[in-house]
Amino acid sequence: MIKIKNNVAVSDSGFIFNPDTGESFTVNPIGVEIIKLLKEGKTVDTITEELQKTYATDAQTLEKDAEDFIGLLRNFSIAENE
Amino acid sequence: MNKKPRLTIAVSALNAIDSPGPGVAVIRALREAKSFDVRIIGLAYESLEPGLYMHQLVDKTYQVPYPSSGIDTILERIDYIHAQEKLDVIIPNFDAELYPYIRLEGQLKERGIHMCLPTMEQFEERHKTNLPEFGEKYGLLVPKSKVINDISEIYKLSSEFDYPLLVKGQYYDAYVAYNQDQVKTFFHRITAKWGLPIIIQEFVHGIEYNVTGLGDGTGRTISAVPMRKQYITDKGKAWGGISISDKRMLALTDKFISGTKWRGGFELELMKNKDNQFYVLEINPRIPAWIYLAVGVGHNIPEALVKLAMGEKVEPLGDYAVGKMFIRYAWDMIVDMEEFQTISTTGEL
Repeated sequence: MIKIKNNVAVSDSGFIFNPDTGESFTVNPIGVEIIKLLKEGKTVDTITEELQKTYATDAQTLEKDAEDFIGLLRNFSIAENE
Repeated sequence: MNKKPRLTIAVSALNAIDSPGPGVAVIRALREAKSFDVRIIGLAYESLEPGLYMHQLVDKTYQVPYPSSGIDTILERIDYIHAQEKLDVIIPNFDAELYPYIRLEGQLKERGIHMCLPTMEQFEERHKTNLPEFGEKYGLLVPKSKVINDISEIYKLSSEFDYPLLVKGQYYDAYVAYNQDQVKTFFHRITAKWGLPIIIQEFVHGIEYNVTGLGDGTGRTISAVPMRKQYITDKGKAWGGISISDKRMLALTDKFISGTKWRGGFELELMKNKDNQFYVLEINPRIPAWIYLAVGVGHNIPEALVKLAMGEKVEPLGDYAVGKMFIRYAWDMIVDMEEFQTISTTGEL
């Protein structure tokens, strides 16, 4: 289970600040959506299902992109395994 | 309501240039002190130090002899200044000043001038030249380093160090050298300016962090504020930075203070490598130039330092704001020729 670190701040505009490292990032609206769903405790499978309702793309592409994005969040210490 | 005491505080390092001294930032902090009012006396080495001309911050400036001129000469000048101003506190902000001022601490105290400085032992053992032993003694991770006094020693370095490596002066200057020829060039450049020895240090790749703080001399941390450098000048100075909350950096700082029983202000220069390990690159035994960020996040370290110097008990400053940034800027002042003339000819302004 992946979760966003508790102290990481994410604004609605997609600005992310990690107070441990001082790093900041910007993500696009879909990125914000994925982070919000992760914060709600959703799994990657559920997130993919939710996104599929809104975006016109096949499940495989969506799943791959979401996993890539979550991998980046983990690499940058924004998300961690619970 | 109690009236705030008014303290006369002398502050050095008014060189607010591209590699700035901490003086102006320290004075700004002192002017914002809640527990006392101040009269600020600037101590300047050069007549073009910008702080000299910032009359909204500095009430009066005196030129002082260089630290290398010896403690008797320094004391003589301080005595003259003290006779005019009745100093309560001196805050020396240059590394090179600390040795003479630590030696003068007792004599200045007899005159009623207070300071809050590390002890000579603390000052000596954290020296760049002693960093490996210091790291081992206090359980801090430090880069491998070696002191060299002769250029012939450069030829043996390749068996002990990988390139790139750092070539550092005892007090100032550091260069990254990618081969033996560059080490030689930097050896000559640094020795011409600052003398021997030269420190050769392993180059740790990673992200630069700094912590500024204050120890009360009993092993207690009065303040610790970590910062990530966001904008670094070609001289390696932070031109922008952000306060952060990394608990490991705070724990490392506590370990440094409790182990050494550090007294006074300091700055830890840290590097986080790709394995998320913090290396202590340097321990600067004085307040850093970016100290106003600490004030901006709620820790007025210069104010607390003055209270410690005056013998007051100071409680730890507590929480600070995370995610506040400082962004430095340059500002052109217009100065009348008469002012430059006055400081140049009389040594006072």
